[in-house]
Amino acid sequence: MSFKIGTSGVHMGPGGALDRFGGHAADGVFFNKNVVLRMLSFLLPYRGKMALAFLLMLVSTGMVLLTPYLMKITIDQYITTRNEQGLALVAGLTAAAFLGLYFSSAGQRYLLTWVGQRVLTNLRSTLFEHLQRLSLGYHDTHFVGVTVSRVINDVAVINDLLSQGLIALISDVLVLAGIITVMVSMNWRLALLTFTAIPVMILATYLFSLRARSAFRETRSRIAALVGDLAEDISGMRVIQAFAQEKTSQQRFERVNEANRDAHINAMSLSFIFLPVIELISMMATAIVLWFGGRWVIQGDETVTLGVMVAFLAYATRFFQPIQELSRLYTTMQSAMAGGEQVLALLDTPPAVQDAPGAQEMPPIRGDITFEDVTFAYRPDREPVLHNINLQIKAGQTVALVGPTGAGKTSIANLIARFYDVSGGAVRIDGIDVRSVTQQSLRRQMGLVSQDSFLFAGTIADNIRFGRLDASQAEVEQAARLANAHEFILRQPDGYQTQIQESAVNLSAGQRQLICIARAVLANPRILILDEATANIDPMNEILIQDALRRFLHGRTAIVVAHRLSTIRDADLICVISDGKIVEQGSHSSLLAQGGLYAALSARQFVDASQ
Amino acid sequence: MASQNSTTNQPRINFHTLATVFRCFHFLKPYLWLTVGSYLGLLTINLLKIVSPQLIRWIIDKGIGGKDLNLLTWAILGLLGLTVLKGVATFLEGRWTEVASQHVAFDARNAIQSKLTDLSFSYHDRVQAGQLLSRTIQDVDRIRFLTGRAIVRIIDSIILLIGTAVILIWMNPQLGLLSILAMPILVYRAVQFGGKVRYLAVRIQNQLALLTTRIEQNLRGARVVKAFAQEDREIARFNEANETWFDLSTQTNRIESVNLPMLDLIANIGTVAILWYGGWLVIHQQLTLGELVSFTTYLGQLVFPIRNLGSVIPAVAIASAAADRVFEILDSTSDVKDAPGAVPMPPVRGDVRFENVTFTYSKRGHVLEKINFEAPAGSVVALVGPTGSGKTTIVNLIPRFYDPTSGKITIDGQDIRNYTLHSLRNQVGIVLQETSLFATTVRANIAFGRPDASEEEVVTAAKAAQAHEFILEMPKGYDTILGEKGVNLSGGQKQRLAIARVILMDPRILILDDATSSVDTGTEFLIQQAFDQLMVGRTTFVIAHRLSTVYKADIILVLDKGKIVAQGKHGELMRTSPLYAEICERQLKPEDDAADALQRQRMEGR
Repeated sequence: MSFKIGTSGVHMGPGGALDRFGGHAADGVFFNKNVVLRMLSFLLPYRGKMALAFLLMLVSTGMVLLTPYLMKITIDQYITTRNEQGLALVAGLTAAAFLGLYFSSAGQRYLLTWVGQRVLTNLRSTLFEHLQRLSLGYHDTHFVGVTVSRVINDVAVINDLLSQGLIALISDVLVLAGIITVMVSMNWRLALLTFTAIPVMILATYLFSLRARSAFRETRSRIAALVGDLAEDISGMRVIQAFAQEKTSQQRFERVNEANRDAHINAMSLSFIFLPVIELISMMATAIVLWFGGRWVIQGDETVTLGVMVAFLAYATRFFQPIQELSRLYTTMQSAMAGGEQVLALLDTPPAVQDAPGAQEMPPIRGDITFEDVTFAYRPDREPVLHNINLQIKAGQTVALVGPTGAGKTSIANLIARFYDVSGGAVRIDGIDVRSVTQQSLRRQMGLVSQDSFLFAGTIADNIRFGRLDASQAEVEQAARLANAHEFILRQPDGYQTQIQESAVNLSAGQRQLICIARAVLANPRILILDEATANIDPMNEILIQDALRRFLHGRTAIVVAHRLSTIRDADLICVISDGKIVEQGSHSSLLAQGGLYAALSARQFVDASQ
Repeated sequence: MASQNSTTNQPRINFHTLATVFRCFHFLKPYLWLTVGSYLGLLTINLLKIVSPQLIRWIIDKGIGGKDLNLLTWAILGLLGLTVLKGVATFLEGRWTEVASQHVAFDARNAIQSKLTDLSFSYHDRVQAGQLLSRTIQDVDRIRFLTGRAIVRIIDSIILLIGTAVILIWMNPQLGLLSILAMPILVYRAVQFGGKVRYLAVRIQNQLALLTTRIEQNLRGARVVKAFAQEDREIARFNEANETWFDLSTQTNRIESVNLPMLDLIANIGTVAILWYGGWLVIHQQLTLGELVSFTTYLGQLVFPIRNLGSVIPAVAIASAAADRVFEILDSTSDVKDAPGAVPMPPVRGDVRFENVTFTYSKRGHVLEKINFEAPAGSVVALVGPTGSGKTTIVNLIPRFYDPTSGKITIDGQDIRNYTLHSLRNQVGIVLQETSLFATTVRANIAFGRPDASEEEVVTAAKAAQAHEFILEMPKGYDTILGEKGVNLSGGQKQRLAIARVILMDPRILILDDATSSVDTGTEFLIQQAFDQLMVGRTTFVIAHRLSTVYKADIILVLDKGKIVAQGKHGELMRTSPLYAEICERQLKPEDDAADALQRQRMEGR
């Protein structure tokens, strides 16, 4: 029951102001009924806990209102009348009220936070699971960083609103209504006079939020620019040093750094103006109580006692807190709405590739692949990238796809693994349309090595084992030997247990690709897709791997996308793709004899290589 | 990652922490007067905080109690005046502290960035970009907090605590002592609580970072996850990490829910005790009502600074750990630096000699052993050998990205360590396989090594690099801004911009990697032409991936396990070096068709 006379009761240091007004970018609508209803539905499983929290909130609000009143009684009825027993009794009651306040506010706080965090955790899991179901088409068109921020940041904003915002809203309104009622009933004239500070307070807060929002938005964009500049400096450090441009890079950084510094000073200075202003307004309310109340006491007005005044002072300081909270809540609401819309939009995105209702497991694959009049566009509103592709691949064949960049080679490979669905026609494996079986059962029998050679953070062994978790160490090593990776892996500091670093400085692009090949081999696929799988491997190594792969591929079907002639020459079938069509197909020698595009492409490589 | 290390050891205050904190305050030196000013402001604020309850007491006792309307009015005006004064002091103190500490962050970041540009390749090989970023941004921010708000809050709390204690005892010794009784308990609980929560907060932060990494990795590897049908395991792994986060958060929640209201409770119970005992004193006329009210006001003023103290002290420990990481960068020394008395390199002809050069990365075995060769000015040297044989290391030694462990490299007969790094690198041009472009205009990227180049020179360089045409096809031509890492360009286009960049520098010595395997044959042809343009008249070192390069080389160095196993021209090496013959043989296996026959004729005819 502290009367904070002379302090505003605004527990918002400059840092707090930063969090509240600058923490989340929010330029959305204040209220969106659909979003709110959907978000509330996340709370449904925890309605018991929420109801209990609400009850406790009522209790604590009551206590907050009760204590200054008890103070008034103490002064007016017991101290001035010199009633020692009464004093002890009221002091005991006040202490009891504070204890009640403690338990109810602690319980309420715990419950609300628990529910908020539980919902947050659930929502994150749901989002992650949903992301696993979305097809590659989604991942192609969305930046990884943005999606990550949906699952981490936007979800947290929703939590802010659900766990704190809604209850805070109710409790602030209740406290405000309660204080107003008590004050008016104790002395309505003094109460009305005190309330004159409210519009001033609201106006000041509103003006500040306007300015603060743009100032803090500025700080966010400045710090982002700073991070961006530095990230670029670090990734381009070798070039900077190679071109002896250290000075220019330092000067550029200093400029960005300076802009960031000034934006922060500017934004924080706003808070340093705002806080004293709020304090002054609050003090004006105190002055009103003291001056008018004091006059009436002096003039002998019976409705105003010293106790009333002391209680008024306590209420007046408490009174501004909910008003402040409500104005902050507005910002929280805005960002929660924006975040909520994004999260719900993600949750509502249907996967483009879905298992058909009643899809069967794919039986063990022999390896015949048929393209029947396949047309394919990555998005319905885009031009098709493949036109009327007809292709017969027999089990056990190695088929090379060649052609200029952008001709559609990778698209064909993608359709076999059903990363996308065809726009027209059908892709069949062993005569079964790939759309009629479950995606998991299909892909479990396929292996993929692509040019970007993605490895996960973890050990080298973990990465090789990715497609077959139960593989023994001996099997892992066998796969690595086949990919010609065993030796260099042993040379790493911890051999197979070496951690793959995020920036991958410890492995060359070629070495990463070798690990990817080992990973695909270990998964023991029936169909292996090598999409520029050896592009980063030096020719010496490539020859060694190709010999090994040839043995491995015996009895399996392989699709090879490559530019290097040496990689494709030995294929059973070579398909030349141009502008989304198969323009030639046959063996190396028959295609050369034809004297068409393939002959031209290969001649170019030879001429080029022998200048 | 250092942030994960801190999971295991909770930041604590000890001698080392204090030494680091002390070192951080060196950053404040240039802003001494600002700092002094803000501390004076702080003192003023606290003085006013201690005075205003006295004024209220006066109003109640003398004004209202003494029925003096005049006094009442003046006292209230005084109270408002004090508030205005306090507001001004609050603003000045806040602003000056902010300005000083933002300048500290500014200086620290500049220092780090300069240091990073000075540190040689061996440093950048070791560290991770993410680490450097988080140190320069977040860790420096913690130093800023330490030298600004944190210290202000600590001083603020201490002054207020002492000031309040003194005035309470002065007003009424018995009641004063009773009120102060609650303070040590409050401070103790606040500090203890702050420590517990901070420790958990660090763990939660790390767990969240782990979650973020999991999602990011999963999304970037979406194709692999799908291709290997591992969605379910990814979900299980994510959920496990997610639940760990929830457990940690609930622990924090429990501690906070019990302790934060507890601080209020302690303060409130203290107030009740004062009310009771004070009320008794008033009844027995040993205390006035005004005094009683001001007593409770003083106590109320104390709760928030003490709460702050509880959060600031653990934050100091965290800031000190952050500062350690920052100083680690600032204290690093570059392996490669200008020798004392190094002179600028005069324009050179370009005779390059390696004399007995041996090179070892720290801890690993020799990467290069006793390398000897001579490249006369204007010659083309091709480096051939299996992966890991030391080709890249040799070329990295020429612009002194690393220094040899023993032996020396000379240009025109002079040890390159006698020259300044800057002047040496200005005459060595490099085109690497992985091209780094900057997020700025095409023009600025080409003119990167010579920012003063004229438009005409830039265009000439672009033309020579076969880049002019595709640049003109871009939306804004030479003014097109390239995305982060130049993502909106294809690999072949990036490579040609990198070539143009080097052509513009017109270096005497050239280093390049002729790999172009990820582009189609048409683009490859263009790049080859650009390379040919580039090599004319320069001493060139090529990491060779193609036969066409070795044919035209004046010297071929065949490397194996860090040694030169053979050197000479193509024709003689085919006879004398089995390794070389194997490399050439394997790359183009002879077959009975026209093109290969042609190929073989050319090879042998040379």
